[in-house]
Amino acid sequence: MADTKSLSERRQAYWRDNIRIMAWLMAVWFIVSYGCGILLVEPLNKISLGGYKLGFWMAQQGSIYVFVILIFVYVRLMNQLDEKHGFAEAEEPSAASSETEPESKEDA
Amino acid sequence: MDVKTWTYLIVGITFVAYIGIAIWSKAKSTKEFYVAGGGVSPIANGMATAADWMSAASFISMAGLIAFSGYGGSVFLMGWTGGYVLLALLLAPYLRKYGKFTVPEFIGERFYSKTARVVAVACLIIISVTYVIGQMKGVGVAFSRFLETDYNTGLFIGMGIVFFYAVLGGMKGITYTQIVQYVVLIFAYTVPAVFISLQLTGNPIPQLGLGGDVADGTPLLTKLDQVVKDLGFGEYTTSVMGSKLNMFAYTLSLMIGTAGLPHVIIRFFTVPKVSDARLSAGWALVFIAILYTTAPAVAAMARLNFSETIQTNQIGSTEGNLEYKNRPEWFQNWEKTGLLEHRDWNGDGRIQYYNDAGLGAAQLARVTAQAQLSEAKKSSDKDAASQIAQSQTALAEAEKKIANAQAAHAETPFAGYGWKGNEMTTVDKDIIVLANPEIAKLPGWVIALVVAGGLAAALSTAAGLLLAISSAVSHDLLKGILKPEISEQDELNASRVAMVGAIALAGYFGLNPPDFAAGTVAIAFGLAASSIFPVLMLGIFSKRMNRQGAVAGMIAGLGVTLLYVFQHKGIFFIKETKFLGGMEENWFLGISPNAFGAVGALVNFAVAYAVSHETDAPPEEAVELVERIRTPGD
Repeated sequence: MADTKSLSERRQAYWRDNIRIMAWLMAVWFIVSYGCGILLVEPLNKISLGGYKLGFWMAQQGSIYVFVILIFVYVRLMNQLDEKHGFAEAEEPSAASSETEPESKEDA
Repeated sequence: MDVKTWTYLIVGITFVAYIGIAIWSKAKSTKEFYVAGGGVSPIANGMATAADWMSAASFISMAGLIAFSGYGGSVFLMGWTGGYVLLALLLAPYLRKYGKFTVPEFIGERFYSKTARVVAVACLIIISVTYVIGQMKGVGVAFSRFLETDYNTGLFIGMGIVFFYAVLGGMKGITYTQIVQYVVLIFAYTVPAVFISLQLTGNPIPQLGLGGDVADGTPLLTKLDQVVKDLGFGEYTTSVMGSKLNMFAYTLSLMIGTAGLPHVIIRFFTVPKVSDARLSAGWALVFIAILYTTAPAVAAMARLNFSETIQTNQIGSTEGNLEYKNRPEWFQNWEKTGLLEHRDWNGDGRIQYYNDAGLGAAQLARVTAQAQLSEAKKSSDKDAASQIAQSQTALAEAEKKIANAQAAHAETPFAGYGWKGNEMTTVDKDIIVLANPEIAKLPGWVIALVVAGGLAAALSTAAGLLLAISSAVSHDLLKGILKPEISEQDELNASRVAMVGAIALAGYFGLNPPDFAAGTVAIAFGLAASSIFPVLMLGIFSKRMNRQGAVAGMIAGLGVTLLYVFQHKGIFFIKETKFLGGMEENWFLGISPNAFGAVGALVNFAVAYAVSHETDAPPEEAVELVERIRTPGD
């Protein structure tokens, strides 16, 4: 499918999908921090979570956990998107250097 | 072994490790010097980014700030982590695709303008230099408190270590040292937290301990709320910082500012691929979150420990307060540094720590003014007369404040107990993390570990900042503008010279801390939020954005933020020149100067949008650049 469309068409389609993914994730980002952590903190504080008030927990713990999950969800969705539109990066040029070890042959 | 021996041992081992890495990872090309050859794995880069990002402020100051502001301190927790979501979604992958070495380089090429590049370099240098001063100061203080060298010697040792691995190895040396530094600092932060959580709640995981129960079966946070409320302070889990709007703006400023810090952004240039840049941002946040979710537990537990150390029993009973002569050893140690101070206002030989409506502070101001007055009277200086007049004014002001505070104090229940003002006249928030292991009576090696961790946090951030400064000078100013024909070998040499210069400058400011050092957070984050972040985001997300819009937006955002900070904190933080006063009643919509970066960013966006639509569309090449960076592999 990727071959039948021009590069600029593929780029446009990719960008539209990208913006949609971003908008959803940013909405979650906003709701957990500004929403639950600040604007709605009083009503949420009426609910308790173990020894925590829920609003306080969202502000000092929960939002941070959600941020971490958000980025990994983004990574996954974007990798799928790269594939779908034929923009996945070739493994070859970076395969050697993407190992954890630095290029020790130069350092020896 | 005593604490000092342990400290020498542990700090010594970490320093040998840093130097070993420096020798092993010497940079041989500009690509290695600026971006570590572009071959760092996403997890390794995530760890290095975490160390790069978490400074002396995160390690030493943050838990203390939260301990004394409770729920309000959440702005730091959410602000300094939520910025990574912005970084991952809005900047990092695209700037990695661009594939060059510095932030100003991208701004210059995207906006086909040397002016834009120079403005970006100026912003970058101001942000990074103000930021690095705090790190150098942290190194000096850690040495002088724990290794009992004097402050200057400590600073020189720290500079020497950074010099070694940053000048030799550039980004390559810095990256691999930062990975080791991350391990040291996270270990140092979590070990005492685990012990304290165990002692207080029986749960070894601090994040769960914070929601756990204390010995008498009540939840820790409920107990803490009660303890601080009884002492007249705001309830821990609900006290707001300023107003809800201020907290909103503060969080937003810190998030945008985090995403706009050049030394953090350039770390994402070191991974091999665009998809690695995204993944690396995720790992960075994992490593950061380990410390950031531990910090609120450290904060609440330290606050509880601190309050209960002083208020040992029923409030109002004679036996309820700690006798000064029985104060613990850590208390005495920190008194020597002046970071903890007690004054026995009511002369009962016991310590009262409570919310006194400002009475203790006003009384302290009177004591200071009286001392100045008698000093001035003895002096034979030619301006002794004006000094006397000055201290007399200060004295009169203090008297007035005391009268007001006394009226308010009389309303509190504490006046009835014979309390005459808060006697803990100085409790520096920075001591919370450093004193924590001593307060919890942990063994000497834990205390030594915390010192090594604080040094690792300060050194890793300093090195990252110094690299951002030196690459802006050698790559953007020298190679990009002054001498484009320079050879790679010469540029590599120049970048090393620039690094030496940056270290010397940071050291100079560390030895002679300028008055504005205290305002660095406001300035560094405000500038990053109001200048760098918007211009990068617009450069990626708007094809229509042109040179005129970008430059006008940067200058407007920067101008508004600087003006607001200066008018409340003084021009370049010189107190006498503040023309609206620091008082809250003059704050625009109740937003504190530290939180104003978000407003500056909005101004930047608005001005850039308006100006770009009134001027010519950007040229073909700029639009093509945007299209190219938006997609990963092609």
